[in-house]
Amino acid sequence: MSSNGNGRFVAVERVTKRFGELEVLREVTLEVPEHDVVCLIGASGSGKSTLLRCINLLEKVDEGEIVVDGQSLTGAKVDVNALRRKIGIVFQAYNLFPHMTVLQNVTLAPRKARGLSREEAEARARLLLRRIGLEEKANEYPDRLSGGQQQRVAIVRALAMEPKLMLLDEITSALDPQLVAEVLNLVRELASSGMTMIIATHEMQFAREVSDTICFLDGGVIREQGPPDQIFSEPKEPRTREFLARVLAAGRM
Amino acid sequence: MHRVLHAFVDPFYFRQSLPDIWSGFVLNVHMMVIAEALVLVLALLIAVVRGLPGRGARPLRGLAIVYTDFFRGTPLTIVAFVCILGLPGTGIGFLKNVSSTALGIVALTIVYTAYVTEVYRAGIESVHGSQRMAARSLGLSYGQALRYVVLPQAIRRVIPPLLNDFIGLQKDTAIIGAIGVTEAAAQGTNFANDYFNYTGYFVAAVFFVYLTIPLARFTDHIIRQRELRERAAGT
Repeated sequence: MSSNGNGRFVAVERVTKRFGELEVLREVTLEVPEHDVVCLIGASGSGKSTLLRCINLLEKVDEGEIVVDGQSLTGAKVDVNALRRKIGIVFQAYNLFPHMTVLQNVTLAPRKARGLSREEAEARARLLLRRIGLEEKANEYPDRLSGGQQQRVAIVRALAMEPKLMLLDEITSALDPQLVAEVLNLVRELASSGMTMIIATHEMQFAREVSDTICFLDGGVIREQGPPDQIFSEPKEPRTREFLARVLAAGRM
Repeated sequence: MHRVLHAFVDPFYFRQSLPDIWSGFVLNVHMMVIAEALVLVLALLIAVVRGLPGRGARPLRGLAIVYTDFFRGTPLTIVAFVCILGLPGTGIGFLKNVSSTALGIVALTIVYTAYVTEVYRAGIESVHGSQRMAARSLGLSYGQALRYVVLPQAIRRVIPPLLNDFIGLQKDTAIIGAIGVTEAAAQGTNFANDYFNYTGYFVAAVFFVYLTIPLARFTDHIIRQRELRERAAGT
């Protein structure tokens, strides 16, 4: 299955990340086989976003190693830009470029970072936009789109680089409830098309349904990981049980 | 009252002084256009240098800071004196042949680049870090993220303060006139010396005001158009 032969497309090994005195990640170890979907759950501040940012080199790891597709991200002399082209990330706040149209948002990186011609990049972008039903919005500016539409464009913008790994950082947390479904449906499609993904989310029902592995993060460590049915039905760790009980009480399941 | 009006805004002298003041004012516009073009480019360059990351860029950042601190604090009059009177006096060959107008443009450029660098810098810093992060996460380099994502948004935001500084620059071309370049204000002085009447200054003032008002309206227009294009009405 995996391109490096030992079933680990992404390997995070004993990664520690500090912000000053604060340890946001402590000796985190995580393996993701190719085509698998891993969901990170846990309270805000548990380190989910930081872990994703470390995997995309937006944060520098203090200790430990991260390997993606056989390439170490943490060694010396890493071509950061080349690695990032293989790893797409989508943020909670969409972060579309407000001064560019939808089409320009989607074609910028393919043109400038991959060197595609404008014609080719636009043809590909229109294809992707058609897939998510937003082709007629190609020439609109992001401010004219709903939150759900903006987030779908942000996903497509990342997909336009044809990444081998997608990182989704609480991508529905800023959306109105009625807009969440359209975004999650797109992620479901991605999962069934075999995209390797690491997803930080508060949508437990979705996490249960879409993922191969669930990781529960708590205070910067992975307290428990396993298949969704086990984590949600018979969590072993008391902290996991506590967290899931709180989520249940809040009606988020 | 009549005598005051006669001394400063007399219709006869208004017409009389018009051609001379105009010929001087052409020089103001000339200095202003060249200086503004230079300032736009140089200030952007220095603002970008000042924002460069990493330890290696520290000396460059330091230079940029020293430059802006020094020339933002120095009166234009002093810089103009040094450039126009001082430089040719150094005895260096090619400097002797440079016109006072050109040296005046140099002085204006030096001082206003320092101001405008700060304006650009404020604009660059006003673009949220998540924009740069999103650009980098797509695999764009530092320079590409700056060029395609950060600067277009930053420059758009600083157009009004930029224009404000340019109005200042336009007016300060008159200071160059005080040091031997016969632009509009200096022509006003010549006229006053010849006719014992100060209407020439009034004419020069009218020219300056006429130049700034359309520029201000034009900027308003640009800003409104962009807003209409990018923002939906009522959403």
